Amino acid sequence: MLELISHYPLAAALLALVGMGAVFGALLGYADVRFRTEGDPIADQINNLLPQTQCGQCGYPGCRPYAEAIAGGEAINKCPPGGESTIADLADLLDVEALPLDQEHGEEKVKAVAYIREPECIGCTKCIQACPVDAILGAAKQMHTVIVSECTGCDLCVDPCPVDCIDMIPQAQGLHSWRWPLPDPVSSVAAIIATDSNRGQAA
Amino acid sequence: MRTVFRFHGGIHPSENKQQSLQTPIEFAGIPPELVIPLSQHVGAPASSVVAIGERVLKGQMIAESTGYISLPLHAPTSGTITAIEDRTIPHPSGYKAPCLIIATDGEDEWQTTRCEPNYQDLTPAELVQLLRDAGVAGMGGAGFPTAVKLSINPDVHIETLVINGTECEPYITADDALMRERGAQIIEGARILSYIINPARTLIGVEDNKPEGIASLRYAARDTGIDIVAVPTRYPSGGEKQLIEILTNKQVPSGGLPADIGVMCQNLGTTVAIHDAVIKGRPLISRITTVTGRSLDQPQNFEVLLGTPLRFLLSRAGYQGSTNNKLIIGGPMMGFTVPNADVPVVKTCNCLLAPTENELPSPPPAKACIRCGQCAEVCPASLLPQQLFWFAQGNEHEKLERHNLFDCIECGSCSWVCPSHIPLVQYYRAAKADIVLHRENHLKSEHARGRFEFRQARIAREVHEKQTRREARRQAALAHNNDSGSITSPSTDPVQAAIARAKARKAGQQKPRSEPESS
Ligand code: SF4
Ligand code: SF4
Ligand code: SF4
Ligand code: SF4
Repeated sequence: MLELISHYPLAAALLALVGMGAVFGALLGYADVRFRTEGDPIADQINNLLPQTQCGQCGYPGCRPYAEAIAGGEAINKCPPGGESTIADLADLLDVEALPLDQEHGEEKVKAVAYIREPECIGCTKCIQACPVDAILGAAKQMHTVIVSECTGCDLCVDPCPVDCIDMIPQAQGLHSWRWPLPDPVSSVAAIIATDSNRGQAA
Repeated sequence: MRTVFRFHGGIHPSENKQQSLQTPIEFAGIPPELVIPLSQHVGAPASSVVAIGERVLKGQMIAESTGYISLPLHAPTSGTITAIEDRTIPHPSGYKAPCLIIATDGEDEWQTTRCEPNYQDLTPAELVQLLRDAGVAGMGGAGFPTAVKLSINPDVHIETLVINGTECEPYITADDALMRERGAQIIEGARILSYIINPARTLIGVEDNKPEGIASLRYAARDTGIDIVAVPTRYPSGGEKQLIEILTNKQVPSGGLPADIGVMCQNLGTTVAIHDAVIKGRPLISRITTVTGRSLDQPQNFEVLLGTPLRFLLSRAGYQGSTNNKLIIGGPMMGFTVPNADVPVVKTCNCLLAPTENELPSPPPAKACIRCGQCAEVCPASLLPQQLFWFAQGNEHEKLERHNLFDCIECGSCSWVCPSHIPLVQYYRAAKADIVLHRENHLKSEHARGRFEFRQARIAREVHEKQTRREARRQAALAHNNDSGSITSPSTDPVQAAIARAKARKAGQQKPRSEPESS
């Protein structure tokens, strides 16, 4: 064996390389089959960050298609319901520059919920068919109503309604939605009050 | 003498406590109108059970709890409900929220209430329920319902019960006054607590700048086995985790609860409320509030009916409105300003501070961080405030969380020492709120995605079911035709079959039920 190698060094080297290639190729091939991941993992991760309003304002028929488009190189700033914070998250995940929201697709608005003016509802069930998250309750020729806690505010039920009895009502801002604001960098009238006047005067 | 340990950092702001300790606790009196916010603390707001125009008696329940983390409210004195309307409440937002308005009648007529002087006859669970019915909440911080705090997982054994009497924040002396004057009630309350949770030892931590209070408590606690521990005066020794470290040398793990290391912490004011509820049958309808600041002629501690407007309290303390620049609820380090003096006192208001501009000047404009590191030196939670500040400005949530932003107790020590006057704590509060909002939104979108995917799956299933049903019916019809010896069997002719299928589909779309006949 050794003798053969020393006699035909070129052929031996070639043989060794081809052999290694075959072995690793087989290993990789096996790994590809054995450890295959279902679906597109990046698109899944992107989809996880999208607000799931399914409103289609991004120009795609829902969040998942937009996620797949982003995975394929589409711009990340087309989702108005997600707004700046979703763009920041996407930029983080994909390690790209965070762009300002593309105004063409709409503005970031206060979250709204649909409200059906019930006396006017004719029970056509058109809104139910439009709602992507089954947030509307009703049956043919019966009055319909929106389950507020499930409504994502996507607007999709408004157009189909033949008698125009659905309003989008911006959600009330109240105690439950109040958050500490960032300090105003200019005026610096901070809510936290340090006992400055006697600073350093040890107790 | 028990050894005490030290926590990292801390500061020594000037105390300003003597001003309000010149006179004993005084009853503030019954104001003409009480304003009782339905939401007084964390958790779900209570829901009113009285009608406008109804006469209520002192101690009568006027609003019931609406959930597990929620408490009932009681009428602080007798009178008539005149309105249920939105009023400004003591909250950093300065928002209005629903309040019950009582026009008092000055008679202070009690409703008979249930008291249990022999509380040992009750089970701990019954006592916890009693405290819940009496509306007892933590009197120190966020006003968490005491009953919820006491309802710990039975597997968790509480080794040490800590009563927090440190009162480390400048100006506030409400607990000090309680210790001086109501030592016996504090100790009795602590014994009720220890009957409920059965700890191996009960410690009361008091900062050593309150010698009278310590002496009074030691006297009241003789022969009870309750240990009164004097701890060095250093802000913020009253932080729950800091006090636990001082007393036990154990650190509550990041993101964990004191119960994880076998400790429960209760506020000293709460023990008095517990005593009053159990022994006297008196629900939580009043509290001790320090009214102080240089805009007042007679700063002092008042026993205040909940719902008393600040205006009434201020006038009792000789308020000089012209010299005052802001009204602060709580102390100068962790308190918040309120927009006007019509705001009422609620369960958590331990101090009302009316300083002059000279006393608490508005902070000068913030300058750039010079990376001096002083903030990190004083941070009691061993955080890196300058880094957190940096990340908060850049909205870098992940890094904020990795640097344990949520361990920040918002004590304000970092802002206090910062030579650049950066309102650091405000950045942390805003960043925390932002992260919480982000998490909530994420949960909501997960929920929406679940519902959307479920709907998609359901629609797909319905379509599939329709198809199989149609197929089955077609097969049945064919079989029927074959059995009855029909002339041409459609199944032999693929074109015929396709036409039949299309017909069936059309009929199915219009009138699915009548499909068999039409095929
Ligand atoms: S705009 Fe946003 S929320 Fe609407 S469908 Fe597109 S990705 Fe989803
Ligand atoms: S109710 Fe209307 S707005 Fe709300 S989720 Fe359904 S379709 Fe969208
Ligand atoms: S406010 Fe937070 S970061 Fe600042 S010193 Fe206190 S615990 Fe540390
Ligand atoms: S104390 Fe202020 S200036 Fe110094 S490092 Fe901290 S934030 Fe920067």
